[in-house]
Amino acid sequence: MNERENISGRIREALKAPAHQPASHDPAPTPATASTPRQWLPKVSESVDEQLALFAQNAAALKANFQMFHMAEDLRQALVRLSEAEGWQRVAGHSGDLTNVLCPALNLPLLRTDQAYDFHELEQCDAGISECDALIAQTGTVLVTSRSAGGRALSVLPPHHVVLARRNQLVADLPAAFELLNRKYACNYPSMISFITGPSRTGDIERILVLGAHGPKRLTILCLQD
Amino acid sequence: MSTFATQFLKQARVMAGDLRHRQIIRTALGNYGIARDKGKTSFQDWEGARQLAAETKWEAVNHLDQYLEEFVAKIEARRTKVHWASTSEQAREIILQIVRDKNARSIIKSKAMTAEEIHLNDALEAAGLNVVENDLGEFIVQLRHETPYHIVFPSMHLTRGEISELFQRELGSAPTDDPQELTMIARRVLRKKFLTADIGITGANFAIAETGMISITENEGNARLTAALPKTMITLLGIEKVLPKLEDLALFLPMLATMGTGQALTCYNTMYGGPRQPGESDGPEEWHIVLLDNHRTELLADAEQRDALHCIRCGACLNVCPIFRNVGGHTYGTTYSGPIGSVITPHLRGLQDWKHLSNASTLCGACTETCPVKIDLHHHLLQNRRNASATQPAFFERLAYQIFGSITNRPALWAIAKKLGRWGQPLQNLVKGSALDPAKAWTRTRELPPLANESFKDWWRNRK
Repeated sequence: MNERENISGRIREALKAPAHQPASHDPAPTPATASTPRQWLPKVSESVDEQLALFAQNAAALKANFQMFHMAEDLRQALVRLSEAEGWQRVAGHSGDLTNVLCPALNLPLLRTDQAYDFHELEQCDAGISECDALIAQTGTVLVTSRSAGGRALSVLPPHHVVLARRNQLVADLPAAFELLNRKYACNYPSMISFITGPSRTGDIERILVLGAHGPKRLTILCLQD
Repeated sequence: MSTFATQFLKQARVMAGDLRHRQIIRTALGNYGIARDKGKTSFQDWEGARQLAAETKWEAVNHLDQYLEEFVAKIEARRTKVHWASTSEQAREIILQIVRDKNARSIIKSKAMTAEEIHLNDALEAAGLNVVENDLGEFIVQLRHETPYHIVFPSMHLTRGEISELFQRELGSAPTDDPQELTMIARRVLRKKFLTADIGITGANFAIAETGMISITENEGNARLTAALPKTMITLLGIEKVLPKLEDLALFLPMLATMGTGQALTCYNTMYGGPRQPGESDGPEEWHIVLLDNHRTELLADAEQRDALHCIRCGACLNVCPIFRNVGGHTYGTTYSGPIGSVITPHLRGLQDWKHLSNASTLCGACTETCPVKIDLHHHLLQNRRNASATQPAFFERLAYQIFGSITNRPALWAIAKKLGRWGQPLQNLVKGSALDPAKAWTRTRELPPLANESFKDWWRNRK
């Protein structure tokens, strides 16, 4: 408690001397004061179709696998094909509108991570299947939280993260994603909120891109057009 | 001259002549530069974004007392234990005490410059604990018993061949020159550490006052795992990291990624608001946040340079700095290198010992121009020079300028000095750069322009 007072005291003392506001060096200063991030960030169209195209384009650039489906049945088949192609033996997931309908179709042992579980077992799973809070067109990002996507580890421990989403979860940009978080959770935020932008990666060896540094090597986003 | 200055000059001389090092850095930063510039142009107005970022940081830092109080109150309400450390010794002791209380043996740590700043790993190892860095670059430099070369790219000075040799020696892996295979070797080794660690230690890029959260930016997923698997999590947080609102991240996350690595957004940007909450299935049972001052309040008290606390540690000023690119990150002998390191190290570790870094600059201003939060970096280097000579003037420098001043103020003396100079210069050329040369420090690596045969004044007087 003592150091708290010491540090707070030093901060208050230090701030008695005012500092200059950041001055614009431009001849015509950019009117940033009281602006919002949205007016400076990369532009995103208001058209939902164009937002969807932008998300698909960003996901491809990030080496994520993004697919749209008109029917739940098509999505279910795609999930089964994915499972067969990779020879999944065991998957992990959580309870949710989409996961509850689609995961049983795999006919595989399912580890639930939204209730008490052993993370050594999760480590043995071939894929983690989760839902999400939003898809962000601007950056090709999947927004998950510990409450909506099966805890903290499901989306990062297994080698393949599969996201099941609905088209109406698509938002335009980062400010819209934060507005959504605020609307949904403001009175009680989950303990983890993660913006996932492509599969895990590193460039620490000669700045050469390698996927799957510690998190999933593959990220698949299966989206249902409803 | 301080021993740090002697060491810096010696190392800088070696590195500046190392063409292999220069080639490695040039290649690594070339692609970064292209991606960064492309990223900046994707913004509707990069300058507007910089201005808003600078104003937001200004607001946070100039009301740090309020925002820090708000952050602490919010996060404590979510069952997080907050500790305050004025010094690095106190921070180390707090962390060691948590480790002892938990009877922990094995610790994993995701990249944190604050931990480098307080030499946390040395302290943990001295206490007999096993601590493993899990960011790939940090893991590599830890195996080499080195400090990070760069605040964002810790192992950028190494080739894949050197890393392969290191892994063969330290991990017993098979030789390979494939970055993919090398990364997978590290993944397998570190995955085991993740699954068995008792404690996870992280840093943080931002702290949010409004909601009581920290935000961690990364690409590999190592911080995600560090914050998910061990039962106890410790976060070492510099007090200046606070932002007012959660939505401020909508601006700072893409700006940090653009300037840090040239990405639109890094792979994982994660906000943590407490340990495992009621109804949640995983995550740490306990979360400790250690708030670190370590001379930050002294920098805060310097209103002229307070904006140095706006820094988001993106490393962009290092990447554009001609000094950094030639002498390399290790030459500085500091936790924070490049322009921002040269500005803040004298505040963090003593002006007189580190004032030489203020001269490790061409004053070209590339750092100030690139800084996403508009820190006036190259002027702060000048201010540090001024402050250093005001508090402890260099005797010979002062004497030399007094003599020079008295000669230039006396026309007769000046006329003699000009003649002497014109006669003396050819003689000086004979001993140039050798021990006999009085201007050796300057002339060893530089050419003096020849003095003109006639001064302008003489020419004017003698013209027809």
